[in-house]
Amino acid sequence: MLNKNIYLILIISLVFAISFWIGFNVNLLPTEASINAPIYDELFKILFIIGLIIFIGMTIAVIYSLFRFRKRNDQIGDGIALEGNLSLEIVWTIIPSIIVLLIGLYSYNIYDRMGGMKELNHHHEMMSSNSEKIWAGISQTSDNELAINNLSIEVSAMQFAFLFNYPKGNFISGELHVPVDQKVSMKMESKDVIHAFWVPEFRIKQDIIPGQPTILNFTPTKVGKYPIICAELCGPYHGGMRASIIVEEESDYNEWFNKNKKPEVNL
Amino acid sequence: MTISIDPQKTNNESLQPKGWLRYFSFSLDHKVIGIQYLVCGFLFYLIGGSLASAIRIELASPMSDFMPRDVYNQVLTLHGTIMIFLWIVPVVNGAFGNYLIPFYVGARDMAFPRLNAVAFWLIPPSGLMLVASYFVEGAAQAGWTAYPPLSITTPQSGQIIWILSVLLLGGSSIFGGINFIATIIKLRRPGLKLMQLPMYCWAMLGTSLLVVLSTPVLAGTLILLSFDIIANTGFFNPVLGGNVVVYQHLFWFYSHPAVYIMVLPAFGLVSEILPVHARKPLFGYTTMVFSIMGIVVLGLVVWAHHMFTSGTPPWMRLFFTIATAFIAVPTGIKFFNWVATLWGGKISINSAMLFSCGFIINFVFGGITGVALAQVPFDIHVHDTYFVVAHFHYIVYGGTVFIIFSSIYHWFPKVTGKMLNEKLGILHFIITFIGFNLCFAPQHWLGLNGMPRRVAEYDPQFQFVNQISSLGALLMAISTIPFLINVFLSVRNGKDAGDNPWNALTPEWLTSSPPPVENWEGEAPLVEEPYGYGKEISERKL
Repeated sequence: MLNKNIYLILIISLVFAISFWIGFNVNLLPTEASINAPIYDELFKILFIIGLIIFIGMTIAVIYSLFRFRKRNDQIGDGIALEGNLSLEIVWTIIPSIIVLLIGLYSYNIYDRMGGMKELNHHHEMMSSNSEKIWAGISQTSDNELAINNLSIEVSAMQFAFLFNYPKGNFISGELHVPVDQKVSMKMESKDVIHAFWVPEFRIKQDIIPGQPTILNFTPTKVGKYPIICAELCGPYHGGMRASIIVEEESDYNEWFNKNKKPEVNL
Repeated sequence: MTISIDPQKTNNESLQPKGWLRYFSFSLDHKVIGIQYLVCGFLFYLIGGSLASAIRIELASPMSDFMPRDVYNQVLTLHGTIMIFLWIVPVVNGAFGNYLIPFYVGARDMAFPRLNAVAFWLIPPSGLMLVASYFVEGAAQAGWTAYPPLSITTPQSGQIIWILSVLLLGGSSIFGGINFIATIIKLRRPGLKLMQLPMYCWAMLGTSLLVVLSTPVLAGTLILLSFDIIANTGFFNPVLGGNVVVYQHLFWFYSHPAVYIMVLPAFGLVSEILPVHARKPLFGYTTMVFSIMGIVVLGLVVWAHHMFTSGTPPWMRLFFTIATAFIAVPTGIKFFNWVATLWGGKISINSAMLFSCGFIINFVFGGITGVALAQVPFDIHVHDTYFVVAHFHYIVYGGTVFIIFSSIYHWFPKVTGKMLNEKLGILHFIITFIGFNLCFAPQHWLGLNGMPRRVAEYDPQFQFVNQISSLGALLMAISTIPFLINVFLSVRNGKDAGDNPWNALTPEWLTSSPPPVENWEGEAPLVEEPYGYGKEISERKL
């Protein structure tokens, strides 16, 4: 009996060790290029490790049972008539409940840190006091917000392209240029069907909906060129609906901005 | 004085076809209808599988070069619709439900045999109509979700035929659900208590409740959508002031429970198969029943987790995260109980057992990614990517389809009186298991790294992994060959099975194979302990 317990403890520790090793050493995610990305990857790592422990554990239990309890040729009759065990049932109800609840609370915390829990039908004052918190969702009137924020961009999506309007410079670009380490605030609207704005390196995605503007805020942290991908089926050329986001040093960005800037037209 | 009229006798028996022709008739026999569902579903599985192969051929190279882009969208729309509405839902509910439920409750037929036949005969025409829409003006191409405004702006005829077809199939599903509820509640043989029913009855009761509660919502939604398309109304059309997100709420109010409509019956079937081949009682019967009902209740309040990027308010995201994650608890209970059922058994390693164990492993994997996807911040990165594609194929293929095959190996001897060939069966399992995991495991990585779903072209950096996935799909296609050979050879020349080759205790095995039209000669047996393995014969209450 003692031996059996030692083996069990050994196997469980081994499962944990393997899961933690894989969790910390195998990277399944692309480059981290925004403030959100490392927060996201932290959540991913935790979920990955817990998932590996459960998956490896269950797989071992099934395969072990198949070998250990397989019917030998000389055996006849049935297995033991064990119909259940109340304390076991309670254990494997309560422990998963706790794990699930903890994961839920933890991901709530992650989501809050990403800025997702911010009420988006906000007013002027809220914006200025706590503007880092806004992240994604629907905003009914976002004109105030766009006026306050330095880097406000209006995104319009259509079959099968994104257009980026820089109201401050009075020009429209097919490429999204943003300076590194500055908060970008986007108001997005679709001209036809539902599209989505996704930058895998930023770990953010938001649908772009016709008739209902959506807001997406992010802060890039790494200079480079990343793909903007439409993630919602939008027609035959959906797979080709791509654009680029170019994150650059502020001086480079200003140079690009000034080159494209058009004077205000007074009508 | 009471007069009892046997419906089978009054139905002018001489006019009913005999032999194999029964399967092409408006038969009222639940066993015939069950086989009609199974064979019809399998034919559509072959069509849906061919469409999947076409998708994997297109994705073997990064360019859109195998078929025109709009045809690609039609192919993925038909693939999804056929696999869900014409293969998995009719087979796990209609086929096995019709065949087994009357046996399990000790009845001679379903509660409403004619309604049952109508429910089946709605399926072939609507399926054919759906496939044929390709030749009209092109089939529907807005995905099986048919989100407006895309579904309003793509060619109308295909979309309208798609809606009509799904409405008919939904009607068939509701007829079946009402029939199962009535049969399980009202047709139990005297003396048989609810808590003595085999687990599949509970699974079908839960599933049928979901069908009856949620399918009408889908029907209503699709009728409104068809108004938008043909009558220029503005329910979901933003140009006319409609709201596209409302459609998504209504659609997923059915279509998330639809996952449980596909999965709960499989949970029931595996609960029948494992005890027989492990020679042990089903572990934790009562908690299994409660966990099914828990899944039914929770399954109705989780739909918005499909819409975390649609612009749902924060409180709603939080609620649906917690509700979705908690489904893992009753589901987890079932998996622990199945492993406990195996533990200490005398397990026969045969095709039915291997497919069931493959199901446990695949489904646990899909369940874990499901809990991850329930977390809003996690979902926002991978929503609408190949990660999601991989996740739900682990649930519906690695889960339910594995159980469909397991069930075919388990009940084939009952239906035909012949055994399937075990060597071919194990070969079938090995190719399916390797092919399936090769096809779908790499797709998790694709989604995490930036490949959206429903695309005909992708970044060249993803080519190698996509080719591995396509190789897996090829193996899955090949795996149906040993299965089909096995079925055709065994129906003609298989070893005689006898009445009860597995020494099983559930009621369908206590009659001849194949069973007579009345299910039993004489009175239906009262089986109080369908899982009484390991007990002395005298202890069992048969």
